[in-house]
Amino acid sequence: MNEYNGEIRKMMIILSKATLENVYAAFVLANGARMEGIEAEMFFTFFGLEAVHKKKLEHLHVATVGNPAMHMPTLLGGLPGVEALATSMMKKEMEKIDMPDVHEFLDILTASGVKLWACKLAMEMFHYKKEDMYEGLDGVLTVGDFYKQGSGLGTHMLFI
Amino acid sequence: MEKIIAGIPVEVNEEGYMTNFSQWNKDIGKALAAEANISLSPRHWEVISYIQDEFRKEVPLSIRKIGKSGVVDIKEFYALFPNAPLKTATKIAGIPKPASCI
Repeated sequence: MNEYNGEIRKMMIILSKATLENVYAAFVLANGARMEGIEAEMFFTFFGLEAVHKKKLEHLHVATVGNPAMHMPTLLGGLPGVEALATSMMKKEMEKIDMPDVHEFLDILTASGVKLWACKLAMEMFHYKKEDMYEGLDGVLTVGDFYKQGSGLGTHMLFI
Repeated sequence: MEKIIAGIPVEVNEEGYMTNFSQWNKDIGKALAAEANISLSPRHWEVISYIQDEFRKEVPLSIRKIGKSGVVDIKEFYALFPNAPLKTATKIAGIPKPASCI
């Protein structure tokens, strides 16, 4: 290891899903990087865009189907109301451990200097406009632009 | 272990955090700040006394809590203590490093 002795200088976190557990994982990692003095940038692509979509970000859910760690039969997870129940239970637990909601978390990230980028291709695919998105969004980028943001020694990329 | 800070022997852990808050004084705070390349302004002192108060009340510190303190917002906190603000500020304040992920 010769580049900064392997020290992490910058985290580039790509979020491609908007289930609550994935969004929180990505946010905690980005915020945690800043808390350690590491730069952090996030790239929201495909369904991950919902985490920065003004109207959708307040209504993200926990995945109850296709999530083996829920320890719930797939059929049960798909019943009406089950996902909402699991989500409200998770939100209550989050509040207990002082975890902010999605909007407040975004405010914390931007105040901490995390850069937030939306994926251009996904924005076009979902027909989203810049004004539909969270006001702290830094811009809309192509994949190439995002890679350019990550150039330099000590940068790590993470796909969630 | 022991370290001489501002001319006084002080108990610190391997990361340089003081382990006995009662040994802390403002000169030690200034010396610890200088180690982090920070010269303390009145705003820094306000934040430091806030986090020391929270420590005395045994309230765990987090970035979110600092932001809601009414003393400083998150943006200014990062500007006052660049690079790992919570770690730097607690070290200067002479209290343990917060075990917080948020």
